[in-house]
Amino acid sequence: MQALHQKAKELLESGKVQVIIGYGDGSGDRVRPVFISKAESASDLIWDDRCRQNLAVYLNKPEIKKLGVPAIVATPVVVKTIIQLISENQLKSSNIVVLVVDNDVVSELTDNASLEAYSAGHPVVFPPFVVKEIKDIAEMSIQQRNKYWQDELSRCFKCYACRAACPLCYCERCLTDNNQPQWVCVASHAQGNFEWHINRAMHLAGRCVECGSCTIACPVGIPIGLLTIEASRIVKQEFGQEPGLHCDADSAMSSFKVEDTETFIK
Amino acid sequence: MSMQQRVIQHENLLKFLGEIISSGKQLYAPQKKAEKTYFLPASDVHSIVFDYIQTAESPKELLFPKTERMLSYEQVDGKLKMIDHAEGEIFPERVLFGSHPCDAVALKTLTDFFRHDVPDAFTQKRQDSLTVISVSCIKADDNCFCTSVGTSPGDTEGSDILLTPIGNAKYYVEVMTEKGQSLFAAHEKYFENSDIISKDKYLTKMSEVFSSSEVTARLSKAFDHPIWSDASLRCLGCGACAYVCPVCSCFDIQDEGTDKKGDRLRCWDSCGFSLFTLHTSGHNPRKNQSDRWRQRVMHKFSYMPERYELLGCVGCGRCSRACPADMNIKEQLKEITEKIEG
Repeated sequence: MQALHQKAKELLESGKVQVIIGYGDGSGDRVRPVFISKAESASDLIWDDRCRQNLAVYLNKPEIKKLGVPAIVATPVVVKTIIQLISENQLKSSNIVVLVVDNDVVSELTDNASLEAYSAGHPVVFPPFVVKEIKDIAEMSIQQRNKYWQDELSRCFKCYACRAACPLCYCERCLTDNNQPQWVCVASHAQGNFEWHINRAMHLAGRCVECGSCTIACPVGIPIGLLTIEASRIVKQEFGQEPGLHCDADSAMSSFKVEDTETFIK
Repeated sequence: MSMQQRVIQHENLLKFLGEIISSGKQLYAPQKKAEKTYFLPASDVHSIVFDYIQTAESPKELLFPKTERMLSYEQVDGKLKMIDHAEGEIFPERVLFGSHPCDAVALKTLTDFFRHDVPDAFTQKRQDSLTVISVSCIKADDNCFCTSVGTSPGDTEGSDILLTPIGNAKYYVEVMTEKGQSLFAAHEKYFENSDIISKDKYLTKMSEVFSSSEVTARLSKAFDHPIWSDASLRCLGCGACAYVCPVCSCFDIQDEGTDKKGDRLRCWDSCGFSLFTLHTSGHNPRKNQSDRWRQRVMHKFSYMPERYELLGCVGCGRCSRACPADMNIKEQLKEITEKIEG
């Protein structure tokens, strides 16, 4: 961790960045997001297995932007998220410093090429229980799957922690917050919960970088990330497109090509 | 109510709860689901868990459901038919078992709050048909702080019956209200008389980390304090804290349907959301996340005590446990008493 503290201190002292977005000491044995602006506080940064929340979610928050140019302590999936955000014109690599830590060596990723190279070398590895969940659901019949999600989503009370924790749910006004016209049932009942989560999954299809922050955030333990993971897998299978790898990628689900042979859209 | 000291054996407690189910009442009790504990309808007493610190969700849904259908309308042959569900619906007899004293206090706070001004028929009717059997706390975790907000691990407030585990699979029984007495009387055979028991030594020890009246006093001068923006930088703006809170009672009225047929619904709302109190004009009195975090603390510790003589927090710690960004209410309240001048 010493290398990280040193790097953070240097970046703040040199004035290259004004804030380090990283992980620090939290309640009990938890870590929490910290925003360090003073070089003498650089040693508050923590780097270990508990650092799982996707901190890229803070990069576009107005309150954080006000703090100045940020450096972000990035897990491999945060690098993927940043690439995806760049490809969606939400970030520029020239405006941030991405810090990655491998075996206590800290590297700065400062351009698209270095981000892409790092991402390509660090594929997402799911914990075994997630692999099992994906397999279990894949083996279910449509009826079983429907029942499984009905049951899981019955606990949803629409606190939108999944949306808030997701760095790719950055819409300033989410479609579910629109009430004239009301696109999605606002109420948390069976239909309303289904409409919300299916819409979110469709919106993230091919964009979800599989960080799992939504599942971790869910206060009632719904493995909600499985929906967006599966949607991204289908997009990869059908269109050969994988999010978080290329800064200039377009999006399979939301870009139109004039030479498209399908006729339904014309 | 009764001065006679009573105890119940664990085995008999299960029989007592089983008899509540077979008598046709709905029993809500702590049960495991997806590695967390919830108050769920129980059909088998053996699925009830006893060894837990706090349920993921509070029991507030029993008084104030996440979605309340208030009225329905339908046009039939050109005539409008309206149904007021507070009048038309039957509210079943329910027994909540296993709530801790903090939750029982919270249910009382909710009842009192919804009784204020124009009494709310839904919460009132649900409260009338609910009997609460709480269990005192013999353990707690770092997120608990009931003794700092005026309650305690063995508080009887809000419970109709309070059971305190006294070891050897036995509980000390306190029957507190008429509702508790009538439930007790109907199943008296499961209870035993006992000598005088002092329950305090069995309860978890919890020291007071701050004084809530001190928090209230400091908050009156804290509206523009920098503490709010510092603390809320990591807040993600979701409603997890409000929705697991046993006291949070903000709601949003939504209409669903067409001009021919539809429902009016009362849905939970949260001050964490950016749309909370956004005006039609576009003006938002709580534009920043820090304004909304301040609102959360102010509402519970300043506005509620001042306007309703109720405290909006019972120290259950659910919000801190649920927060994906580790916003910790106990820490924040302690900081208020330390950093804001009195």
